[in-house]
Amino acid sequence: MAKILKKKTIADKITWYELDAPRIARKRKPGQFVIVRPCEGGERIPLTIADADPEKGSITLVVQEVGKTTAYMGRELEEGGDMLDVVGPLGTATHIPDTPGRILAIAGGLGIAPLYPILKGFKEKGHEVTVILGARSKDLFIMRDMTATLVDKLLICTDDGSEGYHGLVTEVEKQLLESGEKFDEIIAIGPAIMMKFCVETARPFGVPITVSLNTIMIDGTGMCGGCRVQYGGGDKFVCVDGPEFDGYQVNFDRMMQRQAAYVGQEKKAYHDYLCRLEAKAQQIEATEREEAVS
Amino acid sequence: MSEIKKETLTEEQLRERIEHRDEYSNKDKLKMAKVWWREQKPEDRVKNTDEVPFRLSELEAQAEAVRCMDCIKKNCVAGCPVAIDVPAMLRLVGEGDFRGAVRKMKETNVLPAITGRVCPQETQCQAVCLMSKAHKSTDEAVSIGKVEAFLADWERENGVEIPECAPPTGKQVAVIGGGPAGLTCAADLARLGHGVTILEAFHKLGGVLVYGIPEFRLPKKIVEAEIGILGEMGVKFEPNVVVGQTVTIDELLEEEGYDAVFVATGAGLPWFMDLPGEDLNNVYSANEYLTRANLMNAYKYGTEADTPIADSKRLAVIGGGNVAMDSARTAIRLGVPEVWLIYRRTEAEMPARLEEIHHAKEEGVKLHLLTSPVEYTGNDNGFVKSMKLQRMELGEPDASGRRRPVPIEGAIEEFDVDTVVVSIGNGANPLIPRTTPGLDTNQRKGTIVVDFERFMTSRPAVFAGGDIVVGASTVIMAMGHGRTAAASIHQYLQDGEWAGNGQAN
Ligand SMILES: Cc1cc2nc3c(=O)[nH]c(=O)nc-3n(C[C@H](O)[C@H](O)[C@H](O)COP(=O)(O)OP(=O)(O)OC[C@H]3O[C@@H](n4cnc5c(N)ncnc54)[C@H](O)[C@@H]3O)c2cc1C
Ligand code: FES
Repeated sequence: MAKILKKKTIADKITWYELDAPRIARKRKPGQFVIVRPCEGGERIPLTIADADPEKGSITLVVQEVGKTTAYMGRELEEGGDMLDVVGPLGTATHIPDTPGRILAIAGGLGIAPLYPILKGFKEKGHEVTVILGARSKDLFIMRDMTATLVDKLLICTDDGSEGYHGLVTEVEKQLLESGEKFDEIIAIGPAIMMKFCVETARPFGVPITVSLNTIMIDGTGMCGGCRVQYGGGDKFVCVDGPEFDGYQVNFDRMMQRQAAYVGQEKKAYHDYLCRLEAKAQQIEATEREEAVS
Repeated sequence: MSEIKKETLTEEQLRERIEHRDEYSNKDKLKMAKVWWREQKPEDRVKNTDEVPFRLSELEAQAEAVRCMDCIKKNCVAGCPVAIDVPAMLRLVGEGDFRGAVRKMKETNVLPAITGRVCPQETQCQAVCLMSKAHKSTDEAVSIGKVEAFLADWERENGVEIPECAPPTGKQVAVIGGGPAGLTCAADLARLGHGVTILEAFHKLGGVLVYGIPEFRLPKKIVEAEIGILGEMGVKFEPNVVVGQTVTIDELLEEEGYDAVFVATGAGLPWFMDLPGEDLNNVYSANEYLTRANLMNAYKYGTEADTPIADSKRLAVIGGGNVAMDSARTAIRLGVPEVWLIYRRTEAEMPARLEEIHHAKEEGVKLHLLTSPVEYTGNDNGFVKSMKLQRMELGEPDASGRRRPVPIEGAIEEFDVDTVVVSIGNGANPLIPRTTPGLDTNQRKGTIVVDFERFMTSRPAVFAGGDIVVGASTVIMAMGHGRTAAASIHQYLQDGEWAGNGQAN
């Protein structure tokens, strides 16, 4: 059980949680994640640790509502209440070389949340970090100011052109690489499709690229194999072998298919949940109205 | 099994037998009819997750216990990995002294409600029972397991005696893993007065008992009740702690003040076959399929549980062991219309318990023998749609004494499926060895190396037992390890002597 110390909505359907989890806060390293189960009967879902305060004993999670479990968390869990189960830190930590180099980090949408602690790790070791941050529209950026103050160069791009470069993160990536800028490593975190194209863009330039995979998981300890992805010649378990991998070896198409394994059931569960919430709200409203009348 | 006559005795017959229990000679007993338990009918049980056998009634348990000849050899005691004094226990049951029988049983077995249900008695105590020998059939053995389960259930309903614990010694032991090995070790250490904390990776304790073995073989409320008793004995539980990640063994010993550690993390690493297409959607490991169904309650998806599972029409389980049977029978209860078992040898070589194979067939599981998958193919969305099976024939016996399956060249067939559950076994999970410097493992199997007398590892103050030291085994074997290890830890906590270890198993 972990107490929810702070909870706030930071953008449309994106919630920021600060949880009381002293052991995890002390132990976690950039790149690692936790698995949470919000309530009895709830599902176990992996979430990256976006930040941690070892002294306070707290960890930060940034969660986008994409289905029933995340909707329940955002709408029904309250500050001061509890997250039923939190286990971690899981996965291996990001490899951050001791000798400073030049890093290009690319984040799409919510990808900045898992990327942030990694950037912090690189900065602590004196690396020079350039970040490309992409979103559909300028109102959808999260953690943007804190990223800007942390890194050496921040490039913004939006799908709708409302701010910065009008286009995709991969286009900015390509321009940078073509302009002759030299990077020791690229790190891309975001939707699978974005990571796939970041890898394809980097390939002709031969720059090493690391990606962070977010597959479906249950235990997170290597016990079920549900998180496996095709990697190089064989399969890897993302929860223990990852979540970070050499992007050139990952079969993204298969991974995206695996992510969608339960999409039909999940859509229905999400829809049913929203309907139930709606019905509940209407009922409360109706009783309130009745009470007001009588 | 269906061939044998399962006569049921009338209440009068049972009473009469019990009344005259002291008058029978061994010859009489050999002729005495076995008291068969009743079972849910296959057509009913496939629609629920209740247990298959009904519990023996008090009279039935008593009358069955009377069959014990109380022979001098007591093979059953030697056949039991935790050496329950079976004849003494049965004598007390025969007399109707259930409380006394429970105490006798619990002298060496702390989880009888569980072992009574899941132990392979037909290869252990009941295999060597004089009744089996005399009749040349293990079916005729005294039903030790059923009596054991009866007693444990009787106790749960008539008031459980919480074992007395010695005064606190001030020593603290961390038990890693809440499966049968860890639970047994914890119970024994608590009785000896040591402070015990069980650290468990999952949100719930029980290990394979809660995530693997299905509800219809072992109701989860029984496991919860047994674990509850440990709580009352003062054992502390810390779920959601993955040792090696959340905290390391070194930290437990050096920073968190534990005096000793018992590693009982089980054999939780699913084996796959490395076949093309094995990563397709709806190709599961048995661990994943069973965990979704059992621990996460996927069969209540949409109402009480949020973890989905494939909505299958034609499912194939690969393997012929108990885990394969559990997977197939779980699929049946999830409403899968067609469930197949794909096994590379014949039914005679299947490692699963006869009773399980029999139950599976009764419930409609179909066998497809002498075949083994070599490739899976998927549809455009990446879901498995068929597999290529290699036909086999039986060759010479292998190391296990079973005839080896040999591929018939060119004999490949296509088999349509929409779900596959790979159930070919589990290895040792490498998480703890990887994060504990100096902890020796068996190079080939990855199991932690211990001596099997004191269960000491190559690291001082670190003990290990259960599946993590032998690979996938049995509940009772894990419990036996837990018990011996507890005694060994107790001794170590008193004299501080470390015999050391590091030889290969
Ligand atoms: C489906 C299935 C059916 C079976 N049926 C039978 C049967 O009918 N009869 C029988 O006798 N045997 C059966 N077995 C085998 C039996 O369950 C095992 O031999 C037994 O459970 C082993 O006990 P254990 O305590 O060593 O490990 P487990 O029961 O595997 O328990 C290990 C525990 O440790 C936890 N753990 C793992 N790593 C860590 C870590 N790093 N930190 C903290 N915790 C950790 C795990 O989550 C788990 O809870 C079956 C096994 C399976 C999979
Ligand atoms: S989530 Fe189960 S093995 Fe990775």
